[in-house]
Amino acid sequence: MKKTQANYTILVITVENKFGVLARVSGLFSRRGVNIKSLAVAPTDKAEFSRITVDLDIELESVSLDQIINQLDKLINVVEIRALDPAESVERELMIVTVEAEASQRDELVDHLDKVGGKVLNIGTESMMLSLVETSSVIDDFESFLSDYGIVELQRTGRVALDSL
Amino acid sequence: MTSENIDGGKALIRALEKEGVEVMFGLPGGAILPVYDPIIDSTIRHILVRHEQGAGHMAQGYAQATGKPGVAMVTSGPAATNIVTPLCDAYLDSTPLVVITGQVPLAAIGTDAFQECDTTGITMGVTKHNFLVKDAQDVPRIVKEAFHIATTGRPGPVLIDLPKDIVDPNNPRSELYWVDNPEMDLPGYKPEKKIDLSGIEKAVELIQSSERPVFYVGGGILKARAAEALRELVEITGIHVVTTLMARGAFPDSHELCLGMPGMHGNYTAVTSMQKADLLVALGARFDDRVTGKVDGFAPDAKIIHVDIDPAEIGKVRKPDVAINGDCRLVIEAMVDLLRQQDAIQIDRSEWKSTISGWQERFPLTYEDSEPGSRLKPQYVLEQLRDLTPADTIVASGVGQHQMWTSQYWNFDYPYTWINSGGLGTMGFSIPAAIGAKVGNPDRMVWAVDGDGCFQMTAQELVTATVENIPIKVALLNNSYLGMVRQWQDMFYDERFSEVFLSDDVPNYKAWAESMGCVGIRVDSPEEVPEAIAKANEIEDRSVVIDFRTAPEEHVYPMVPAGKDNSSIVVPPSQESQER
Repeated sequence: MKKTQANYTILVITVENKFGVLARVSGLFSRRGVNIKSLAVAPTDKAEFSRITVDLDIELESVSLDQIINQLDKLINVVEIRALDPAESVERELMIVTVEAEASQRDELVDHLDKVGGKVLNIGTESMMLSLVETSSVIDDFESFLSDYGIVELQRTGRVALDSL
Repeated sequence: MTSENIDGGKALIRALEKEGVEVMFGLPGGAILPVYDPIIDSTIRHILVRHEQGAGHMAQGYAQATGKPGVAMVTSGPAATNIVTPLCDAYLDSTPLVVITGQVPLAAIGTDAFQECDTTGITMGVTKHNFLVKDAQDVPRIVKEAFHIATTGRPGPVLIDLPKDIVDPNNPRSELYWVDNPEMDLPGYKPEKKIDLSGIEKAVELIQSSERPVFYVGGGILKARAAEALRELVEITGIHVVTTLMARGAFPDSHELCLGMPGMHGNYTAVTSMQKADLLVALGARFDDRVTGKVDGFAPDAKIIHVDIDPAEIGKVRKPDVAINGDCRLVIEAMVDLLRQQDAIQIDRSEWKSTISGWQERFPLTYEDSEPGSRLKPQYVLEQLRDLTPADTIVASGVGQHQMWTSQYWNFDYPYTWINSGGLGTMGFSIPAAIGAKVGNPDRMVWAVDGDGCFQMTAQELVTATVENIPIKVALLNNSYLGMVRQWQDMFYDERFSEVFLSDDVPNYKAWAESMGCVGIRVDSPEEVPEAIAKANEIEDRSVVIDFRTAPEEHVYPMVPAGKDNSSIVVPPSQESQER
């Protein structure tokens, strides 16, 4: 298994799309005291399988990474598992956020939003709802920019990723 | 069988029969009640236990002794939690079990209904897999899958949780269309491994060129039915063998190349030969902490060949130089094939052999005879028991000092004659496990070797043995203490004995045994020992309990203190002055 070069580890797990499978997978991390930073689960192009993308916000030692992969692979409902090398994959994350924005602040906000390729989803009297699909690090930066305005509510999906072509 | 509509309960029993189940261990209750009706008409023998933990350990004893999967069935809630210990025990010792638990009806799940518990949630971490059945139609397929998972790859326990409405013929939900050969649906389960031949070549090369090699043999050899193949490999190579606690009997103790048990209470030669080896060939062994001692100091000069069916074991504790993922028997056979093709150029290992025999001469297992009038030496009792019982006797042990002494002093010459709780170390294992082993081997003699602490945890299953006519024999090494804890307090806690004294005279084991329908015998002096064993051996129509009054101050030697490396092995006082 390739050792990742970034400060995070992405595991991509194909599982049977059945009740209880997520608990089995996440239980294995919790038993080992490993925190999951983010988790994305959804059916794949085959309805009987789901793809789980696990983002661990640490770079695991290759020994413990192999160990976790081997143990996850032992779960009966896990069909396939591998670590994605961040250097050889394309990742994206979705953030939707409601931010405080008076009418006078909106031009600057939207200007910045355009630069990073985000969208305005909804406009209220004193706030705006925005979305952004980008790499997690771009989203991190944009989130800290927004904090000056005042974040009302925010949800990020966590990383999803595919192999580079 | 015909195709027809039946209910989930009947389907369960029919599916078990189709899997070849001959015996199951269990205890009925509310949620599982409907399944207990078709049992009356089934060919399967059901053994009614007195506690659900007993059902689980009996199924384990049966499985360990016969190699067939053990089956237990209990109701929901407290019955399910009572069988969690055997599940965990079977998980750690890779014992194939299929456990069926009742569950409250589907609609009641999650409502804190009477005797409801989250059985699949609780047992997730102690089973190889578990199922919650949500549709009666799935019953035949899930049973087939459960047996397949339990018995293939690295074996282990599988649990099926059955909601009551699925099995209750009065509930329309229980109806299903029976199919004789349901197709399994396990896309993520691929237990067959293709063996990497280049690994075999590298392994054979290392084996041939090493000067101080040792075969480190674990329970995987027994699971893979590889004892014969192992013997061939050993004899072709002339390399010594250590058999771990889980592998006793996998290679005959009486063979000149057998060094016996390694580990915390292993004999000096087994421990030290591993420590000094330049090559360890681990076959179905998992570098357990009780074998390695302090991992950093374990076998520092040894290269490692690690053969295991479970890829998660390889490199878990010690990085191997050659890793071979596969079934031990197939791997060993491939090694033997390759070795046979090669010229028998062997490197001179005479110095290593004489070093080993020197250790064997200087550091045999030993104990001091008891003083007249004082309590029996447990080692003496075990030597007598070993010598006065048939060679193929099955021995089931509890956990503690008596377990270590039995493993040390018994002479295991046949595989599947040693039944114990190795990984989990479950006190109270021996009596139900011995009963299970006897059920699977009605013509063999089965002895449980137990301690007094263990005996008091599960002795009630002797009632089961009596009522179900499963005669076993129990050698109770009764030292009035929780002996192993006492030993640690003696050695590491300045002899401050905390909560380890049980009692010298309560319970009255002879009377207790008799009240359960067994023959009870009390033995105080060494002269009475052979006579009592001979008497027990003659009794075939009921169980026998011999209360051997043993010495509480006796320590298990040798001992590698916890956290120390294996070169810190503590030998008995009489060998302290020997040159190491």
